[in-house]
Amino acid sequence: MAKARVKLQKSDYSEEIEIQSSRYILMNGDKLEASQINLDNPISGTVYGTLLNYKGSLAALKEKVDHPPYNEPPKGPILYIKPRNTFSSFSNPVPLPSGIPELEIGAALGIVISKTATRVKKEHALDYIEGFTIANDISIPHESFFRPAIRHKARDGFCPIGPWVVSKESISNPDSLGIRVYINGELRQENSTSNLIRSISRLIEDVTDFMTLSTGDALLVGVPENAPLAKANDHIRIEIDEIGYLENTIIPEEKLSLEGIL
Amino acid sequence: MKRARVAYAGAVHPASEYYGRLKLADGRIVNEQDVVWLPPVEPRTVFALGLNYADHAKELAFNAPEEPLAFLKGPNTFIGHRGQTRRPADAAYMHYECELAVVIGKKAKNIKKEEAFKYVSGYTIANDYAIRDYLENYYRPNLKVKNRDTCTPIGPWLVDAEDIPDPSNLAIKTYVNGKLTQQGNTKDMIFGIADLIEYFSGFMTLSPGDIILTGTPEGLADTAVGDEIITEIEGIGKLVNTIVGDDIFTEGGDRPHLKIHN
Repeated sequence: MAKARVKLQKSDYSEEIEIQSSRYILMNGDKLEASQINLDNPISGTVYGTLLNYKGSLAALKEKVDHPPYNEPPKGPILYIKPRNTFSSFSNPVPLPSGIPELEIGAALGIVISKTATRVKKEHALDYIEGFTIANDISIPHESFFRPAIRHKARDGFCPIGPWVVSKESISNPDSLGIRVYINGELRQENSTSNLIRSISRLIEDVTDFMTLSTGDALLVGVPENAPLAKANDHIRIEIDEIGYLENTIIPEEKLSLEGIL
Repeated sequence: MKRARVAYAGAVHPASEYYGRLKLADGRIVNEQDVVWLPPVEPRTVFALGLNYADHAKELAFNAPEEPLAFLKGPNTFIGHRGQTRRPADAAYMHYECELAVVIGKKAKNIKKEEAFKYVSGYTIANDYAIRDYLENYYRPNLKVKNRDTCTPIGPWLVDAEDIPDPSNLAIKTYVNGKLTQQGNTKDMIFGIADLIEYFSGFMTLSPGDIILTGTPEGLADTAVGDEIITEIEGIGKLVNTIVGDDIFTEGGDRPHLKIHN
């Protein structure tokens, strides 16, 4: 029985739950249907994303990495920030900006930090992890990774996170979790964290070498290659083994403004 | 009014400038050197501009950008006035960058530049250090260059917007150990304050506590351990910072008498 922490909408506190199946959870002794509770984003701190951390995503750049503007493959971890305006939660609509036909779905495992992590060696990385969650690190598709991509990655609602944070003790091996993306029920992407360039502990070592991660921060391990594209009204479901699934629907922002959601 | 956040006598206090001293919210009047200065604003989403002064772009052999070149910074990097910034032993070129920091005062979405200044609550100074050794051509400037612990001093004061009649005409100066090394004026920004608010709010929602670091003019120079760097902006203040080495972060460091012998 997996233990997890869930944040409910309209509550200041997180609740401890037990996940019985993909459908049912136990909360305060009550058996509840997971789809019936209003889940909020369980992350309170800063969310960092990692670029090109799947072997296939780097391979997809092929010989481009040896030519301008890149000139060589990345040496350190390449990170970016998903700022607070991007935060969203399970089942919240993802706003599709006007004039943008499709969004890139970024299926990411999120490492949730439990205590101040500065210059942590990989042997100790697990001591700094509360658990794991799912993020949809959405981007407007962009070809070049030369310059920061705030305009593509930092739009309102571009980072749903959920459904909960599964405790690290309940995860058998975070470096070998299957990840699947379904769009309108159709399987569109499948990968595994076994294909990461930097494993979870190595990523924590390399990142905390120069920047402190704090309690409640989330470090997204990366997005697999061939990220599927989704358009208006598409229903997205990201599944990660042993954690659960995160569901959201893409809705044109004009429609959300009319409904007063934005 | 010039406001600060300081730690004094066991607590953190809002404070204001009082005839060259500080007046705490509880009425105590204290000397500037008797407090620990914290960042005057607890940063939420922080934008920083690259190449936003034509002379600086030229200095780095870049053409002026056609759209703002911006990246985001995390909370780990900020320190207050009179703080210490760590220079890694392996760094060959670590330079200061004196920048006007614009603090957003209310929620801003799709703001036109004619209205932009209504959304500014005040101004402060940031010293956006960069260690050029760690530059990589992926999402450049990458976080290893721009989001290091201790590498973004900010302060000392948050100066109310109403006290700065023309933020687009302020002299910028940096002194290294008392010697003037960088000079410029905010009137030479490629994208001005109002342009930047229009640009960012055009694709994402800005909130109170968000900060825009508006870039730096030419006159960069390497720094060394022990240097005192003063970044000064007319009407805003003088932000003092000292460069320290790796040694003080290790047990005993340069203080062998503190070494613990097992």
